Amino acid sequence: MDTIDLRLKGDDAAAEAGMAGTGVAGTGVAGTGTGVAAVAGMAGATELTGAAANARAALAAGDELRMETVGLSVRYGTGNYGIRDVSMAIADKRVTALIGPSGCGKSTFLRSLNRMHDLAPDITVTGQAFLDGEDLYAPGMDAVLVRRRVGMVFQKPTPFPTKSIYENVCAGLRLVGVNKKSTLDEAVERSLRGAALWDEVKDRLKTPGGSLSGGQQQRLCIARALAVEPEVLLMDEPTSSLDPNATIRIEQLIHELKEQVTIVIVTHNMHQAARVSDYTAFFYVGELVELSATKEMFLKPREKKTEEYLTGFFS
Amino acid sequence: MGPAQKSAAAALPRAFRGPGDRVFKYAIVGLSSAVVALALVMAVVIYIEARPTFKAFGYLSFLTETTWDPVKAVHGALPFIIGTFVTSFAALALAAIPAIAVAVFTSEYAPKWLAAVINYTVDLLAAIPSVVIGLWAIFNFAPLMRDAVYMPIYLWAEASAPWLAAMLGAPSTFNMTTGTIVLALMIVPYTVALSRDAIGQVPRDQREAMWALGATKWEVIRQAVIPYARTGIAAGVLLSLARALGETMALAMLVGNSNRLPFTLFGPAATMPSLIINEFREAVEPLHYSSIMAVGFYLFIITIGINLVTSFVQRKLYMGRGMV
Amino acid sequence: MKLRTRFLRDRLMLVGIGLLTALVVVPLFIIIFYVVANGFTALDANFFTQELGSPARAMQGKPTGLAASIAGTLLIDLAALAMALPFGIGTGVMMSEYREHPFAPVARLMVSTLNGMPAVLMGLTAYALVVKNTGGFSGMAGSVALAFVMVPIIARTTESVLTVTPWALREAGLSLGLPRWKVTLSLVLPAARTGIITGVLIAFARAAGEAAPLLLTSFGNNFLSFDLTKPMDSLPQRLYSLAISPYKQWHELGWGGAIILLLFVILTFFIGRVAVARLEKRMKG
Repeated sequence: MDTIDLRLKGDDAAAEAGMAGTGVAGTGVAGTGTGVAAVAGMAGATELTGAAANARAALAAGDELRMETVGLSVRYGTGNYGIRDVSMAIADKRVTALIGPSGCGKSTFLRSLNRMHDLAPDITVTGQAFLDGEDLYAPGMDAVLVRRRVGMVFQKPTPFPTKSIYENVCAGLRLVGVNKKSTLDEAVERSLRGAALWDEVKDRLKTPGGSLSGGQQQRLCIARALAVEPEVLLMDEPTSSLDPNATIRIEQLIHELKEQVTIVIVTHNMHQAARVSDYTAFFYVGELVELSATKEMFLKPREKKTEEYLTGFFS
Repeated sequence: MGPAQKSAAAALPRAFRGPGDRVFKYAIVGLSSAVVALALVMAVVIYIEARPTFKAFGYLSFLTETTWDPVKAVHGALPFIIGTFVTSFAALALAAIPAIAVAVFTSEYAPKWLAAVINYTVDLLAAIPSVVIGLWAIFNFAPLMRDAVYMPIYLWAEASAPWLAAMLGAPSTFNMTTGTIVLALMIVPYTVALSRDAIGQVPRDQREAMWALGATKWEVIRQAVIPYARTGIAAGVLLSLARALGETMALAMLVGNSNRLPFTLFGPAATMPSLIINEFREAVEPLHYSSIMAVGFYLFIITIGINLVTSFVQRKLYMGRGMV
Repeated sequence: MKLRTRFLRDRLMLVGIGLLTALVVVPLFIIIFYVVANGFTALDANFFTQELGSPARAMQGKPTGLAASIAGTLLIDLAALAMALPFGIGTGVMMSEYREHPFAPVARLMVSTLNGMPAVLMGLTAYALVVKNTGGFSGMAGSVALAFVMVPIIARTTESVLTVTPWALREAGLSLGLPRWKVTLSLVLPAARTGIITGVLIAFARAAGEAAPLLLTSFGNNFLSFDLTKPMDSLPQRLYSLAISPYKQWHELGWGGAIILLLFVILTFFIGRVAVARLEKRMKG
């Protein structure tokens, strides 16, 4: 797989890159500043418009590209767009946060990354979403396979109440026919450790999944998602329904998790984004307004709208 | 009425609890106590009518006696108890899977209009009087089954597997199997109705969680939907069983009405309700009459028992799961 | 498990479930078809105006019909309804409006028990209570047995309809100074009347199809009679006798009677559905 070698841009290039998401076909890659980005094309990627290339440009040096979207739009029937023409890049083994006011499309965008919109009959998705260079929306690509590689954790913890903790974690593995006890045992321990839940539940693996506290249940759901070893983990406001202590534990967990798996997290709490993520994407009314390294976005946002949101002008 | 409203109602100032209120309340209480009394009266009355039989034979031996011969004045309930249980459980075994399948199909697969048609059809089936179904089955279904299914199988068994033939028994038009099949059809709607409700109440995020793990549609249904809905499905199955145990007319018309054990699959049999219909009007002898009443009494007990099992199962499956 | 196997299984399950659904759904249409096809010719003027008489009458081709059964059904069932209404609605009111009363949970338990009782047991009870004490089978005994069948259904549906009416309605009445009984009688019950009537209709249709209790109480009568103190004929009970009789002409009459019963059941079914749909729309809107 080709990797992209991007250097840090200068300020003017950054300003140009700030045009990303407005749907304007740029004049090619903003390649000013010290060194020119040697953009080696990813296998299967089509001609990049300026927006997509600029999205990539937001990634820091040394960070590899894991997922990216090119012109992704989600439309409800013939009416409104949930997201419109979003071109974004997601760095490997980093945490990318999606922030924005209610209804801005951040959850819609997240759910398009694992083809959850397939389940709704009246929603159309156009554009491309690449995982390691493969278009997830290509005609031959099966959604079931996509969801194995791109896992998801939801806002409300949803352990399966009729299954034990053990069976909850195994649920995804059993789907692919893994039934050997030793394999499952090992996977359960690995996933529960990865979700920082092992020590708390290792003596009661056979008790029902619903018997845990809210925070524990969410970590169980994370363990469940981790068990199938996805390449990317999507998290849709995973701590909104949890108390502050549980929230802190999950945020710590995210720090540890990103060493194993790429994380994309939607959060309505910009402070959480600041605490937890390496990159932040700001969505507004269905469009990607700005994608930057988190520190840059919070210290010096490029776009006026971003600044207004961050300073609480609107929420 | 929530607890707040209940206490509000109870805390009404005395001024409003005038004579009108008291009279009305007494009327309501009176009417309800009559209904409460009805269930008790039923038990008591039937028991009293049955007492001569219990005196003559004793409770236990009446239950285990296999001979029912009004002429010889020997009465035993066992054949009918066996007949009732065998037909009911066999019908349940036949009906449960198709019924759950219908509930799954209308809830998960079918387009809205088709689901509505199917649901109407199934609910209407439950409303058709048992006599009408019996009438159809007598003239259309039973002869067809005998000629097209039982006879060929029996003749083959006679030739190639005599031990099987003995078990099957010489096919009569009205037999246990035909009765069981029709009974199965009649009890399907109850399982469908409750399963349908339970499946409809499975929350969307349970399904989504399963989808997100990379499951196919059937896997989502089997691993996430049906387990979550299992209390309601179980309740539906138990309700079907209860109806099967009490089903009277269609079985009386189809089951063949033989009082003698052993029953064979293709041969005539009898159930407790079918016995009552068949012999009650002609029961002149007091012992015959009281024995029929005794069978009715045991049917009453069985019905209460099944109701108790149902509420017990519902409570056990429900507690601590946070489920439907 | 290979992905392709899983998809195959997915497809197979859809087909299997669809087939089982068809297996369940098709018989109803077969039944309706056969009943109509076989009974259609029996529904002539005589059917509705002549009484049954002896088997000889039918075999000799003399006019015969089910007038006695139809008239008897109407009489017995309406009498049963008259008896069942106050008890059924009263118990429903108790379970819904007087929840704090110690009787309410007992009533609920008993109603749910009675709802699961086979109707034949109601017949045995009515026999022991009425027939034995009045010296013989009678239409009235049949009405009592059917009332036993109707009451639990009416009670249950009344309670569920009353529970759904908004508490605000009662609050409004009470705050106006109306006594509780007036609130119930003139505010709550009228508001729920569509649902209650639907429930009554359902109970009536259920009882109208029951043959077992009537075979044990009203016994049946081959001749037209309007005397509730004597044996009386009714459709479901007569259908059974006709079906098991050896006379072909009587079988034909049976099919005709089955059409009448079917029509009645289907009619009340759809009226009930329409009423419920309209109720739900009003609740939501």
